[in-house]
Parts: sequence; C-alpha cells; structure tokens
Amino acid sequence: MNTTFRALMGACALAALATGATSEIITVATVNNGDMIRMQGLMDDFYAKHPDIEVEWVTLEENVLRQRVTQDVATKGGQFDVMTIGTYEVPIWGERGWLVSLNDLPESYDVDDLLPAIRDGLTVDDELYAAPFYGESSMVMYRTDLMEKAGLEMPDAPTWAFIKEAAAAMTDKDNEVYGICLRGKAGWGENMAFLSAMANSYGARWFDMDWQPQFNTEAWANTLNDYLELMNNYGPPGASGNGFNENLALFQTGKCGMWIDATVAASFVTNPNDSQVADSVGFAQAPDNGLGPRGNWLWAWNLGIPAGTQKVDAAKAFVEWATSKDYTALVASKEGWANVPPGTRQSLYENPEYQAVPFAKMTLESILSADPKHPTVDEVPYVGVQFVAIPEFQGIGTAVGQQFSAALAGQMSAEQALDNAQKLTEREMMKAGYIK
Amino acid sequence: MARSVSTRRKLITTVFAWAIGIAIFFPILWTILTSFKTEAAAIADPPVWFNFDWTVENYATVQERSNYFRHFMNSVIISGGSTLLGLIIAVPAAWSMAFVPAKRTKDVLMWMLSTKMLPPVGVLVPIYLLFRDLGLLDTRIGLVIVLTLINLPIIVWMLYTYFKEIPGEILEAARMDGASLRSEIIHVLTPMAIPGMASTVLLNIILAWNEAFWTLNLTAAKAAPLTAFIASYSSPEGLFYAKLSAASTMAIAPILIMGWFSQKQLVRGLTFGAVK
Repeated sequence: MNTTFRALMGACALAALATGATSEIITVATVNNGDMIRMQGLMDDFYAKHPDIEVEWVTLEENVLRQRVTQDVATKGGQFDVMTIGTYEVPIWGERGWLVSLNDLPESYDVDDLLPAIRDGLTVDDELYAAPFYGESSMVMYRTDLMEKAGLEMPDAPTWAFIKEAAAAMTDKDNEVYGICLRGKAGWGENMAFLSAMANSYGARWFDMDWQPQFNTEAWANTLNDYLELMNNYGPPGASGNGFNENLALFQTGKCGMWIDATVAASFVTNPNDSQVADSVGFAQAPDNGLGPRGNWLWAWNLGIPAGTQKVDAAKAFVEWATSKDYTALVASKEGWANVPPGTRQSLYENPEYQAVPFAKMTLESILSADPKHPTVDEVPYVGVQFVAIPEFQGIGTAVGQQFSAALAGQMSAEQALDNAQKLTEREMMKAGYIK
Repeated sequence: MARSVSTRRKLITTVFAWAIGIAIFFPILWTILTSFKTEAAAIADPPVWFNFDWTVENYATVQERSNYFRHFMNSVIISGGSTLLGLIIAVPAAWSMAFVPAKRTKDVLMWMLSTKMLPPVGVLVPIYLLFRDLGLLDTRIGLVIVLTLINLPIIVWMLYTYFKEIPGEILEAARMDGASLRSEIIHVLTPMAIPGMASTVLLNIILAWNEAFWTLNLTAAKAAPLTAFIASYSSPEGLFYAKLSAASTMAIAPILIMGWFSQKQLVRGLTFGAVK
C-alpha cells in the first residue's frame, strides 16, 4: 500500500513537472488565402526554433475575421494573441492603444528593409504597430494574345483612354470574350477599393480638408461615368455581382481581355494548373489620366498583437519569424520564388532570383507608386489610398458602394448614385461629428 | 374514367413532389459533386456535371490542414448538450402549460416565441462581455448554454403542442393510482409523447448543429464546431471552391445521415396532431 502511495505521489510530481514544462500556446487569427495556408504548412521551422511555443490557428473568411478581431480587440476579450489585420485597421487601432508596439524587434529583423510605403501605413507616431506579412497593389493583367490580335501594344504605364480603346478592340461578345473585367460587387473592400483608386487618378477625393464629402464634383462624375461606360459596353453580364473571385474565374477561363485588380492575382492567373490562359498573360501598371496619381491601391495583410494578450513575448517571436527575411528564404526553398509572400521587403526585389518572376517588377512598381499619405491630386485630411482610415469608413464605404453597384446594374443613373452618395456621406459625417 | 384521372393526378403530384425535392436537394448535390472536382473543373464554364476527373484530393487536403475530428466532437457535444439541457427545462415547463394552464399561459408562450424575433446581433456585445467576464469565451459549456436559450422557445412550443394532444384523464388516472408528479411525467407522460419528443430532439439537434452566428462569434480554437470548420475554407481572394465544398460535405454528412435514418420519426413527430 505504502509503495503504491509513493508511486502515485511520484507520478503526480512528474505530471506536475511535465505540466510546468509544457509549451506556451498562442492563438493566431488569420484569413484563408494561399500565403497564410502555406505558412501553416511550414510551421516545423518555427517549432524547431521555438520549441517552447505552440501555435493554434483560427482561420476565418475575411469579413468574419474582421468582425471577430475587432470585437475581441475592442472588448479586450483575449481570444487571440496574434491577429491578421489590414492596413485599414492598423492606424486606427494603434492610435487607440489596442495594439502592442513592435518597435523593440531585434536588429536582425531589419525593420529598415520594409518597403517605406507599407511601413508608413503601419506606423503611428513613430511606433510600428504591425509587421507586414504580404503587401499588394493593383495592376492591369491582360491577355497578350488578344492584345496582339487587336493590333495594340500595352504600354508599361497605360492611360484610361488606352484602356478604353483596348477594351473596345478586344471585346468579342459572340464568343463570350469581354474587353475588361472590373469589380462591381458592393462593399468598401470590393467595388469601392477599385473606384476610390480610380477616382484618385481622375483627381477626385473622398473629402476636402474640412471633411466635406466630394461626390458632387466633376472629378467623381467623370470617374463614375467612365467606369459605367467601360463596364456597360465592354464588361461581362451581371458585373454588379462580381468581386475578386468572380473576375478571377472569368479571366482564368479566357473570358476577360483585361482585368484590373490586386497584384496577388498574378500568381493565380499564371498558374497552369488552374488557369487556361497561363501562358498568355501580361502585366502593366494601373492606368492614369496624366494628373499624377495612378489608379492603383495599396494594401497589406499584417500581423499585429492585441494589447489584451498575456503572451506578448511568444506572440512577438511568432510575428518576427513569420515576417522575417528567413521566412521568405524558407518559402523559396520549399515552394519556389513565385510563391514567396510579396510586397513587404526591399531585399526581396533586389534578389536576382526573385527578379526573374514575371510579375515581380510590376508588383514592386505598383506598390511604390501608391502613396497612402498623398493619395490624390489635391490635399486630403486622411490616410489611405482606396480607403479612408477613419472608423466610420467601413459603413460609409459600403453604403456608397451599394449606390454605385446599383448604377452598374441599371437601377439608377450615375447622377442619382452620386447624389445619393453625397447625401448619405454628409449625413454620416455629420452624425460622427466631423462636420456640422 | 375516374381511375385514370386518379392515376394522372397521382403522377402529377409525384412529379411535382420530386421536382420540389430535387430543387431543394440540388445545392447539396452540387456541393458534393464539386468536392470531387479539381479547382479548375469547379469553375469550368459551362459547368461539368459528371464528366470530369473525379478526385478525393480535396478531402485529403482538408483532412491534412484541419482537425476535423475536434470540430466534429465539438459539434456533437454542443448540439447534444444543448438539446439535453433544453429538454430538462422544457418538459416540466410544457407540462405545466399544457395540463395546469394559468390565466396568462398563452401570453407567456407568445412572449417566449417573441424572443426569437430579436436579431441576434442586437445582443452580441452584451453576451460577449458577459462571456468574457465569466470565462466562457471559446468553451463548449458556454455554447451549450447559449444554444439552449436560443432553442428553448421552440422546444417548449413543440412539446406544449404534443402534450395538449394527450388526454388529461390518463394523467389524472395515474395520479389517482398514487403516482407522484415525477413519476407522472417520466412514466406516463413521456412514453406517450415519445414521437413528439423524438422529433423535437431531432429538430433541435439540427438547429444547433447548423447554428453559425453564435458559434462563430463566441469561439476561437478550442470549442469551434463544424460551422467554424466550414468558414475557415471560405476565401474572398482565391478560388478554393472544391476544397470549400469538401469541407462542407464533411460537415453536413453526419447530420444528413442522421436525418436520412430518422426521417420517419421526424415526419411522424412533425405531423403529430396535425390531422384530427
């Protein structure tokens, strides 16, 4: 009996020791995209370097994730130790003290290697509040064979006039080939991402320096009229329901002559396993109107640490690993350079092996040409190229997007949509106290 | 003549019923078919029906990437637990309303049902804060409580309807024979209400299994059920329809199989007392 009791006590002591030695578990909330999923497959490298940390993943659809992490960070729910957040959230959350500063990352992390345009968007009062995992801009993806057939040559930096001319020449509706595919689905991150960036290149802006909405200006009228003309004459049917995925499917099945969308799409449309047109895709910068800004956006998915977490050190170790140069090299060695998370580090674009990737140069040029602090021709009181970094923007952006999407669907005129957008934005900005 | 009209009517009714059945089942069928396609075949235009290279690669990928069993067990525990807890509360409640009605019983029943009219998002933040303070976030017990409360009005209403069909004299006879209240409910009432209770249980399990709003909002990694498992395969940037379909098929398969085997019981329970 005595021996049994001792054995039991010993087992309990061992169990207690083992419990004490177990690893620290951090929960990472992330989106379901190729780069993030790839990272989950490469975690052995992290565990080899940090055997005392275990990572649990919560993968969610982008809009669900945004709502979940916002709710959690605002209420200090403590559900997540690392959050995948966009360029829109970081400055707002950083300013409110909801995120842990990453200014103390070690020198080996080489924070100066981050692309300035991306880093600036993640910095508030000289404090870096998130580390970029991958960055993206937007650009023109086009069918080289159709362009050649149309007798045109796509310049590296086209104008909107050329895009219109090329769309007309490439359209062959009898064979279900549409000159241009653009986002039409309503949402601040859907059609409004494209239209806000397009508007910048037309000299339009969301607000003047007194936060007065600007949809009643000629620049916005020109933007929307040209967008509707392009889509109604040369776009696919039912375009008001098309977002990234719908246009990707159309492009991959050979139904789009041109597609202006996120640079991250380049790796999809050139992948012969999924794309029927993989060997005939060319890239160009987003169009402009000769006014300075181009119609491209700037976005990054970043890893941030919520202020409510109790596991700051483990979370920082993970963020450092996932956004480091070593991680880039790891992905390249396992999956090839084309699959490396793009758009965050200067050193990646200086790498000769990465320069050989067909869309690398255009991606970098697109990212570098976007300036979130000076997105359009005139001065603006906000930060953000295709969004306005204020908390009210999600609601306003989506409501305006619904008006423009309705105009594309033929339910109202461009003038009516702009008038509605002006009124609803004025009302919301007044309610929020920006204007009286 | 009359017979031929009757056959014709039967034929029309059968065709009509099959058409509706196929229309309702079509999205599930399409999801199952897509789960066996490659990603390229999943977006093919025009869509391919059966003539494609069938593959189970998507299932292998989903299995490799996600802990299906953990999500499945969470779904079983949450839906089973909330149903059981709901029954424990609802059976006595429905008994008292059916056999010992008070002046305001009907009003209470309507009030209970009216709670279903409140949009869940309206109480999300208060419940989230309560769960945070009580340490119930990302726990199975937390979800069992929430889903019990959500489905309780339906359980009470269904049981109340079934109990009303049972003659009160039988319970009175049991009482006269000396049965206690507990014995009356367990040994007399419950056996007679088995078909109704079975359908209530089945319906409640299905509702709890498919509930997505609360299960997505109150869980993270530990207590996430199959609804979160499906949501993890939805992507606005990237075409992963075949993998999403495989994940959806894996998530709905258990409830589909359960529904298939218990359809007689379910129909019997749902039509209980409908024809007098």
